[in-house]
Amino acid sequence: MSEKKHKYPWNHIIGFVLSIALTFLAAWTALSSDLPVMWIIISIMVLAVIQALIQLFMFMHIVEKGAGDAPWNMMFHAAVVAAIVVSGSLFTMSFGFTHDHGGGEHETEQHEEQGAHEGH
Amino acid sequence: MQLDEFFVTGEPLIYIGMAAIVLVSGTILFVLTYFKKWKWLWAEWLTTVDHKKIGVMYILLSLAMMFRAGVDAMMMRLQLAFPDMNFLNSQHYSEVFTTHGTIMILFVAMPFLIGLMNYVVPLQIGARDFAFPFVNALSFWSTFFGAMLFNISFVIGGAPDAGWTNYAPLAGSELSPGPGINYYLLGLQLSGIGTLATGINLMVTILRMRAPGMSLFKMPIFTWSTLITSFIIIFAFPILTVALALMTIDRIFGSHIFTLTGEGLPMMWANLFWMWGHPEVYIVILPAFGIFSEIISAFAQKQLFGYKTMVWAIILIAGLSFVVWVHHFFTMGAGAFVNSIFSITTMAIAIPTGVKIFNWLATIYKSKIIFGTPMMWSLAFIPSFTIGGVTGVMLGMAAADYQFHNSYFLVSHFHYVLIPGTIFACFAGLIYWFPKMFGFQLNRKLNIWAFWLFLIGFHVTFFPQYFLGLDGMARRLFTIGPEWFTLNFISTAGAFVMGAGFAVFVYCIVYSYFKSTRDLPGDVWGVGRTLEWATPTPVPKYNFATLPDVKSHDALIDMKEDGETTFDEDKLESIHMPNYTGQPFIMTAIMFFASFFLVFEWITLASIGLIGIIVMMYVRSFDYDGGYHIGVDEISKIENSLRGHDNE
Ligand code: HEM
Ligand SMILES: [Cu+2]
Repeated sequence: MSEKKHKYPWNHIIGFVLSIALTFLAAWTALSSDLPVMWIIISIMVLAVIQALIQLFMFMHIVEKGAGDAPWNMMFHAAVVAAIVVSGSLFTMSFGFTHDHGGGEHETEQHEEQGAHEGH
Repeated sequence: MQLDEFFVTGEPLIYIGMAAIVLVSGTILFVLTYFKKWKWLWAEWLTTVDHKKIGVMYILLSLAMMFRAGVDAMMMRLQLAFPDMNFLNSQHYSEVFTTHGTIMILFVAMPFLIGLMNYVVPLQIGARDFAFPFVNALSFWSTFFGAMLFNISFVIGGAPDAGWTNYAPLAGSELSPGPGINYYLLGLQLSGIGTLATGINLMVTILRMRAPGMSLFKMPIFTWSTLITSFIIIFAFPILTVALALMTIDRIFGSHIFTLTGEGLPMMWANLFWMWGHPEVYIVILPAFGIFSEIISAFAQKQLFGYKTMVWAIILIAGLSFVVWVHHFFTMGAGAFVNSIFSITTMAIAIPTGVKIFNWLATIYKSKIIFGTPMMWSLAFIPSFTIGGVTGVMLGMAAADYQFHNSYFLVSHFHYVLIPGTIFACFAGLIYWFPKMFGFQLNRKLNIWAFWLFLIGFHVTFFPQYFLGLDGMARRLFTIGPEWFTLNFISTAGAFVMGAGFAVFVYCIVYSYFKSTRDLPGDVWGVGRTLEWATPTPVPKYNFATLPDVKSHDALIDMKEDGETTFDEDKLESIHMPNYTGQPFIMTAIMFFASFFLVFEWITLASIGLIGIIVMMYVRSFDYDGGYHIGVDEISKIENSLRGHDNE
């Protein structure tokens, strides 16, 4: 492969710059934009999806053929693990711990700890 | 900042540590200069991309770290045996148990196993090297520099003191100001890059570079366990990376992710930590299972019983390891429903683990056992580890865990799985593959001494701790009441016996270096079943001159029957090899300094470091070094001379 002529890797450079730019944009949205909270959440989610697509297309050879089915296999498992991380965290972290002070159902077990969340 | 704030002052023990560091590094510098070895060091080791040399460096790093963390352990045991002596105060004790735990898991267990994988896996599958040799070198050096960053903390700035679990809010900037916790965060971040990259590297290597005919279910079992371990690494380490980054941002840039104030969620740290942490304990146990399986079937001179069920058991354990993390914080109060679910998943892990235990037993059953030293460690592993597994299931019962949690019962559990599991496997694997690596065997007599001292010392140290836990002694106490004295004293005595065992083991390596015979055959133990024993000893830099067609997972047994070797004159072709390069070392050295500056929150200097890293990435991106070729003549010359005494 060393004999081949080396084209300037524009794809990679653009992908790299884009992914850094998107990261800064997300940080700016969360820290300094005056959007309502719901819109902040929606926009950083959208940015995350774009970010993922950039990674897949510009770096992770998703469109390349002939490498077998390993990428799809790994992407499937990655999706499963991501689902476990997100839903598992929600499951374990919201049961008995809630910011919802009004509701009556959650107040049984963790009264003392709730004190820490007061004042917002 | 004053110099006396930069260095830790006022602790006699730490002055001793400083003196030791100066002495040891001074000696190393002197020896290198005196014997004119600098060039050799750079050309042969610091720039190498050869998986065999990188594997050896990993193991050396691990042994050095085992010494460091072992001294930590001795200090803790001394303090607990003589609590009135005020050997360690509470702050110092906290620092010592934190560095002990973190180093043992991340800089002893991981590098040792990864070192063995580095050396053995390409040889077992008939590969010339890793899929990405450059990345492999980068991985090692980032692990190395991560370990160094973590280790200097106790003399420069102060060691982390919030436990290896580093729980928020204690580890947050309000309750733990100063550089200590930053060392933890950045040291682990830096070495984590290496671990993740190794996971990817090994997975690609195993999936794409196997010898002809070696389908997945014909791979040796150690390779299988490595493949599954890489899979866990790839999916678990990013969680740690993110958690560490979030806490770093909290501490250095003042965000409120894990803080008590400003709507932070301190318990989210525990959640994320164990989402990585539980898979992590399986990352360090599955390769150990693989090593034991290899050794047991080799020295029982029998095919591994239930190869396929073994493989499926590993896969099942790996899958389950992602859905049990809550068992580390049953007492956090998630509620009975959540706890019940995770109690059940936890106990489920005991099933595939039990399957493996029975398979090992069935392999030994009615076999002609050869009591080689690796086999002795493996046989000791089975009953000892089982005690750890059984107590694990006890801890897994959420209601009972309210009693056991954070007591010495827990401490004893995880030492019972980590030491007979991971550490015995490291020793067994090192002794087993040592002659392949260095061309001479370890002295049997000294090895047996080390084995018995370590095994007896281990049980004397940790068995009493179960009862201390049941008597109510909590973990991480720096002082104890009189009712716990006797058992603690016994435990300390055991710890020193273990220490002696380790010393004999290291002495054995030195002794054998001078006394053992060289000139070994390829299949050193005479019981090898897999491809690594088909290579000549020492292994030539390209590993295999030619590859056989693999027909079963005991490739060498078949080759012996068919009279094949890995040197078939008619099939010789020139071999393409990668060039050595200093880039990985330089790049990670820059990362080390950048991280060090970030530990002290010197943002400008850290940014300069970051720019340095980007420059190195740029250099690497446009580096079109295509490697070199070893010609057919040279290969046959090397093989003929190596096989001159090889009477296969
Ligand atoms: C049958 C298998 C196992 C079961 C059911 C099990 C269960 C548990 C449970 C429930 C805990 C938490 C107890 C508590 O905090 O109160 C625990 C802690 C721990 N286990 Fe296991 N375990 C098993 C095997 C292993 C293995 C193979 C390893 C590692 C080689 C391991 C390493 C650890 C460690 C390091 C901790 C303590 C972490 C800490 O709090 O610092 N376990 N185990
Ligand atoms: Cu666990």
